[in-house]
Amino acid sequence: MYSAGLDLRSATPRQISEAVSSTRRTFLRTVAGMGAATAVFGPGPLRAATTRKGRKTVVVTFGGGARDDETFSQDGAENIPHLLNELAPQGTFFSQVVNRGILGHYVATASLATGVYETFNNFAAVSPDNPTVFEYFRRDLNRPATDAWVIAPSNGFNRIGESAKRGYGQGLGAGVILPKRLLAAALSQGTHAQYQHLLRDNYETPLYAPSLEGREINLDQIASVLRVSVSDFTAHAQTLTSPDELSVYVAKQLMRQVAPSLLWITLHDIDIAHSGAFSLYLEGIRRSDRLCADIWKTIQSEPEYKDKTTLLILPDFGRDSDMDSGGNGFQHHRTGDPLSRTTWMLALGSGTRQKTIVDRPVESVDLVPTIGALLGFDARFSQGKPIPEVA
Amino acid sequence: MLPAALAPDAFKGYPPEARRLATERIELLKRMPLAFVPLLLREVIVYDWKFPAERRDIDRQFDYLAHLDSAGFDSLLAPFARIRLTAALEALDWVNSPAGFSEQLTAHLWATRQIDAFTAAAVDYVAKTAASSPDAALPTYRLGIVVIGQGVDRSQIALFRKLRPHGMYFSSLRAASGFQTVLEALNRRARQHPSPYAHWYIDGGRPTLMNSAGIASVSYADLTPARAALQAKMQQTYEAWNGPEIFRTQLARMKPEDIGLSPEHDPVLTRFQLSLLTEGSGTQVFSTTFAQWAAREALRRAQPLTLVVRYAPRQRDRGMNELLAEAHGKPELDPQGSLVDADMGAYYTWLNHQRLSGASKSKFLVWFEDHAEAIAIGPGLTPGGHSSDPVGLTEILDRIV
Repeated sequence: MYSAGLDLRSATPRQISEAVSSTRRTFLRTVAGMGAATAVFGPGPLRAATTRKGRKTVVVTFGGGARDDETFSQDGAENIPHLLNELAPQGTFFSQVVNRGILGHYVATASLATGVYETFNNFAAVSPDNPTVFEYFRRDLNRPATDAWVIAPSNGFNRIGESAKRGYGQGLGAGVILPKRLLAAALSQGTHAQYQHLLRDNYETPLYAPSLEGREINLDQIASVLRVSVSDFTAHAQTLTSPDELSVYVAKQLMRQVAPSLLWITLHDIDIAHSGAFSLYLEGIRRSDRLCADIWKTIQSEPEYKDKTTLLILPDFGRDSDMDSGGNGFQHHRTGDPLSRTTWMLALGSGTRQKTIVDRPVESVDLVPTIGALLGFDARFSQGKPIPEVA
Repeated sequence: MLPAALAPDAFKGYPPEARRLATERIELLKRMPLAFVPLLLREVIVYDWKFPAERRDIDRQFDYLAHLDSAGFDSLLAPFARIRLTAALEALDWVNSPAGFSEQLTAHLWATRQIDAFTAAAVDYVAKTAASSPDAALPTYRLGIVVIGQGVDRSQIALFRKLRPHGMYFSSLRAASGFQTVLEALNRRARQHPSPYAHWYIDGGRPTLMNSAGIASVSYADLTPARAALQAKMQQTYEAWNGPEIFRTQLARMKPEDIGLSPEHDPVLTRFQLSLLTEGSGTQVFSTTFAQWAAREALRRAQPLTLVVRYAPRQRDRGMNELLAEAHGKPELDPQGSLVDADMGAYYTWLNHQRLSGASKSKFLVWFEDHAEAIAIGPGLTPGGHSSDPVGLTEILDRIV
């Protein structure tokens, strides 16, 4: 879809990123009737409608990016009706979010959470080297452990709540809930082997399942944190079709019972694209689209969140272009080409403008300083900078 | 070790043809930077199991490098020489395990943010070596045929959406003889233009019996025992908690006989089959992925004159609730989902077909099996055109073949 105005073979990465951004902007203007922030409001910072006190932030990342071909395009629009028709018109759409880091899901999500391009092995069970957004938030604002949570796919993400940075780290980060691990633990009591397949959800490799470490809640904490019995949790899980549905169920339960000020949800169903089955990848996109709307609806309906919450939705990165012979199209994100590095972000709720498109480039590492500006902490080690259109 | 220290003895562990080639070209290899030479050796070490087109390409690279003067040689490889490496990488046994080195190098390039510079250097290198000598004229145009939708009564999607701008869409096709017509066209071309690995039949299900003389044939069903053996090894590795890097190394070192493939009849094709299962992602589980990846690799590596790919229904991906209810149940098939996969797979096959020499003259057909829809792409077929006139599959094949 980008080749109409630009020869991808001779274009620079910057030109390709700008073309991607331009295409998304044009598409959203056409479909969702959105305008450019620079044209309407100028580049100045937009101040939040509410004070920082009491503000909350919910971040939703897709740990398995989706391409514009299957989302923000004429062909892809049918896969994201909620994002396109319900959510985008209510928020500010950043059409050019560039990720200059390693394109592996754990390391990339950790980079999003620290505001630094982390360089550790994507498949290693390690904490990020730099302080996470949760540590900044809790330390600077003196917030309790119950006020910052991560809900993530099982594999690898158990260490994402807190860093290895001296002065930060252990006990100062977020609580981590890995819903599939909880479910596997609940179901495996007595029949452990039968449910091993639940843990094998890292589509980048079929083998990774690190040992449990980090500030992850375990089975016997379900009742105290989520206010749901293990049997009810298990029974409800058995009605759901995907791990991401389980994650959102847990998120909603957490929002109702604990109401954390900083909640980070990483969805992962889309990454089934690594299996090479295009129809399953599309199903993952449609499900993520529906779940994003579900999360927004929950924010709008819960008194603790309504009108004081900023929702930030972004893929960790994209996927390979059909045109790069080094990859295999949607299946992977191995080439590091500009298309796989250029993604988007939707910000809606408190402190954001409606029906707005920002097409200047921002970086993935700008997310943490932006949340810092929203909530009032200093992401001092981050490589990024606050995005004024949100913060 | 650095390349300058290479001696002929270093290649004693290589298969015969690979050893001969590496030894003959050792003076060139010694002049190459470390960030480059293991990547070339990764191709050389499996030279004995390369397709003719791949061998020609490796030979062309060496010939080109040998004819460059010293300044040209250094200039071509300078971007690789500028890549910053580590002592740990230098210490690896990159001669005997070039794939392992490549894996480590890739991680290093990402971590040090040199991946873009490396990719640019590689693209430039490939372009220059490819341009150094023109491809030999083809004996005939290339033909690709993809058959999709087996087992589907009625498509729930608009088919060929990505291909329609490039070819003529037929909506009233008659296909009385069905897939047999396609196989006859394949056989005819194999007889008319005999050449090793120039004509291929890839089936995502059970292959239709045919006279396979001169045709390389690969199928998902025929590899069922090998897939099962590989999955058993994956299970063992998973239970041993060895981690993905060790498993990848194990996969890279795997021999056909390790998963029950016999290399005696055709060692080159057997190695190709092994690579489909050990290098492809999802090829062990989904037949649609297998068919698409096999077609991609056959085109990329063997550069065939004729390629026929037939998709079959893959197993249905079960929801979490179903998995919980029935952990070991026999999977059902998903014909509609498979059609979506195959429709996209046909587009990817066409893209890969277009990447080969002679693309402007090549011809391509996608047919919704046992239905009236097809799209044909090639000279004389109007891009974006639509014909609703009743026409036989044989007539379309005659028109493009």
